[in-house]
Amino acid sequence: MSPESPVRLLPESRRGLLLGVRGWSVVIGAVAIVALVVPLLNLAVPAGNPLHLGDWGVALVAKIMCYAMCALAMDLIWGYTGILSLGHGLYFALGGYAMGMYLMRQIGRDGNYRSELPDFMVFLDWKALPWTWGGSASFAFQMLLVVAVPGVLSAVFGWFAFRSRIKGVYFSIITQALTYAGMLLFFRNETGFGGNNGFTDFKRILDVPVAAPSTRMVLFVITGLTLIAFYLLARAVVNSKFGRVLRAIRDAETRVMFTGYDPLKYKLSIWVLSAVMCGIAGALYVPQVGIINPSEMSPAASIEMAIWAAVGGRGTLVGPIVGAFFVNGAKSWFTQAFPEFWLYFLGALFIAVTLFLPRGIMGLADRFRKKGVEVRE
Amino acid sequence: MTPSLASAARRCCLALVVFAACAPAWALDAAQARAIATGDNDARIAALQDAVTRGDPGVATFAQALLDDAVKTSATGVFVVRDDKAVDAVTGQPAKLPDDAEDVSNNNRMRGALEAALSGLRLLSPELPVRRGAVDDLAKGDVDPAMLPLVDKALARETDATLKSRLGRLKAAAQVASPDRAQRLQAIQALSHSGEPAVRALLQARLAPDAESDPELRAQLATAVAQVDGRLAWGERLGVLFTGASLGSILLLVALGLAITYGLMGVINMAHGELMMIGAYTTWGVQNLFRHFAPGWFDAYIVLAIPASFLVAAAVGAVLERGVIRFLYGRPLETLLATWGISLVLMQAVRSLFGAQNVEVENPSWMSGGIAVASNLVLPWNRLAIIAFAAIVLLGTYLLINRTRLGLFVRGVTQNRRMASCTGIDTVRVDTLAFALGAGIAGMAGCALSQVGNVGPDLGQSYIVDSFMVVVLGGVGQIAGTVLAALGLGLMNKALEGVAGAVLAKIFVLVFIVVFIQKRPQGLFALKGRSAES
Repeated sequence: MSPESPVRLLPESRRGLLLGVRGWSVVIGAVAIVALVVPLLNLAVPAGNPLHLGDWGVALVAKIMCYAMCALAMDLIWGYTGILSLGHGLYFALGGYAMGMYLMRQIGRDGNYRSELPDFMVFLDWKALPWTWGGSASFAFQMLLVVAVPGVLSAVFGWFAFRSRIKGVYFSIITQALTYAGMLLFFRNETGFGGNNGFTDFKRILDVPVAAPSTRMVLFVITGLTLIAFYLLARAVVNSKFGRVLRAIRDAETRVMFTGYDPLKYKLSIWVLSAVMCGIAGALYVPQVGIINPSEMSPAASIEMAIWAAVGGRGTLVGPIVGAFFVNGAKSWFTQAFPEFWLYFLGALFIAVTLFLPRGIMGLADRFRKKGVEVRE
Repeated sequence: MTPSLASAARRCCLALVVFAACAPAWALDAAQARAIATGDNDARIAALQDAVTRGDPGVATFAQALLDDAVKTSATGVFVVRDDKAVDAVTGQPAKLPDDAEDVSNNNRMRGALEAALSGLRLLSPELPVRRGAVDDLAKGDVDPAMLPLVDKALARETDATLKSRLGRLKAAAQVASPDRAQRLQAIQALSHSGEPAVRALLQARLAPDAESDPELRAQLATAVAQVDGRLAWGERLGVLFTGASLGSILLLVALGLAITYGLMGVINMAHGELMMIGAYTTWGVQNLFRHFAPGWFDAYIVLAIPASFLVAAAVGAVLERGVIRFLYGRPLETLLATWGISLVLMQAVRSLFGAQNVEVENPSWMSGGIAVASNLVLPWNRLAIIAFAAIVLLGTYLLINRTRLGLFVRGVTQNRRMASCTGIDTVRVDTLAFALGAGIAGMAGCALSQVGNVGPDLGQSYIVDSFMVVVLGGVGQIAGTVLAALGLGLMNKALEGVAGAVLAKIFVLVFIVVFIQKRPQGLFALKGRSAES
């Protein structure tokens, strides 16, 4: 049933090393680019110089790197375990909101109303912070929430869903309903998270100005390193025995069950892991993009994550990252050059990738590489 | 129209009506006119009310003139000056304005009294619509006890039964605050027979600690409130039932097509909402054609719009199945994404063709209005029509699936595709036809939705999650499941909405569904047999 080709495993002897020599050099190169080259080109090279990297480009790449983490998370559950989630935007947004709450408190008395409370609460005539904001002044506590809220929610939902063996499209549309419910809830002013405007106008993070070039660059480097770390983590997961069971579940869940494995544990662990990855991506996204609102939870936003993974190539780990960059790069180009054609392009991408490129860009690249030898279908 | 404009227009009409009704009657005497126009406000209002109560003809004209600031007084008389021509306010004869004439100024309190007097006077108009309008106006605010004699008089004269009973209630409403205990008692008893939300509010207000002091009357008030509540509660319960059934029938229309395609092919069609949108736009197109070429038959456009929306949506569905979905059989998750892509393209295409704004679909005239079942419950015709329409579509689908050869094939393929194929059923053709059927039903759902909601490129998006939930709850391959799930979800949604508000109700319903499928992962009605695991 699955069109994916078997994943190429490393030879037994080298599996402990995670990557080959070439792989590690690429990773080290990526770390160097993220941590050294980009900061130098952006901050040290003067603005007139052709080598100068503009703030706009840095912000765009930072944003896309956050998306790439989501695509990677999608790939772990969809590409490797065969569970299509149409609700990962919920976890992304929850992580973002947890970070956003902290950033709102960092505004302090510099808001429009000069109040200790966030502006929207003053606007709603609230006198005190609701209980959900209890620890929002503490960075450490909110960072705990970034991980804990998506983690706990996904664990509870996943346990219920996997226990009753909901799968396939059923599972997909229930995850979609869940994120839709979350969006409705966060749209309400009474929920206490800014209603449909969400959080914005951030001023500081850890008491330093959030929009300052150096802060932005630090955030960029953290985002890049997190993405690379996630890649290595995902690599470790899928190359382990655990990862092989996941693939077995994808290809023949019933058979895995009959062999004596309990798919629930495996599915639940990878589900929670991918939700947490999305939560962290959301937390990194918010200070760099400067806004979080409930539209991140819309079903459309979540379904787009699936297409990032699909375009790049499911069942490969580089693929989702490539896909996220390709789709979002195209999006920022289209929405500037031909805004009315973006949805045509995106729609066509959905159709074309599912019809003609089941293995995405990576599959295409493979095919070119093997040209002349033999194309294995 | 702004309220002030509206009231100005009404005043003009009123002036005309009153003028026509009592054409030469300038029967105010000079002393009265002077008393109304000059002196301190208390005395003026008293004089005005006195004149109104006696029903002196000419009061209305004079009060209107005062409101229009067209009255001047002098030592010799009272004059109405319009278009630089003065007439004597008492005789109505042209007169020469004395040099010492002064403007009459009216403060807000005086104006209020004048306006109340005018609307009170309209109660006596011989024209039924004017009287009805006056009663409507009076019912909006609190009735001034000073108006009571006038209401009494109108009550005695009134011939229309509904207006008479409404006037009776208005009178009671005015009397409920009267200083006379007997009158209050009478009023409370009269009001307890009402079933109107406004009356309940009025009685409730009298129960406030500083309003009614007599303990016996307070007890009476409490029973009266309970009685009115009892009557209102029925209206409310029926209302919840009706709106629930209405939402349920819409969900049914939306989910029916979805359930057929999902049952048959295991494909969730994310573009289903956009097929509805296509149906709604087709209805809009047909409506425009009728408006342009056959305006006389406009009310009948819906008769043509229903089959047209079915056919257009079915054609689009057939093309989609032949062009895209067919190649993805056995890969349901990919189909989900591909149909999502299709929905994006369709939405953007409609935006490019017809603009991003909503288009206006007008109800046929017979669909506007409704039946008033209770004072707080009106059943709109368009909602009733949709419930009936959903029932007809359901019946048609049932017959098609259970009584025709195509239906037999569809059921066969749903239960066991391979076996059906072995017995010679052309499953490829069945797939196309069934998908077109599902799309066509979606188109008709869009046609129905165009009668109650906005028609725009996003029309489909707002219903799609709800209709998926119907399919999940209802289970696969059984129309009964879909019907039960649609009506159940509709009723539950509306019942919870009354308690918790729209958004929380929706969230509760979604949580309920997630919990429900813990117990029954296959939905309300699961297909029995070995088809479950796939």
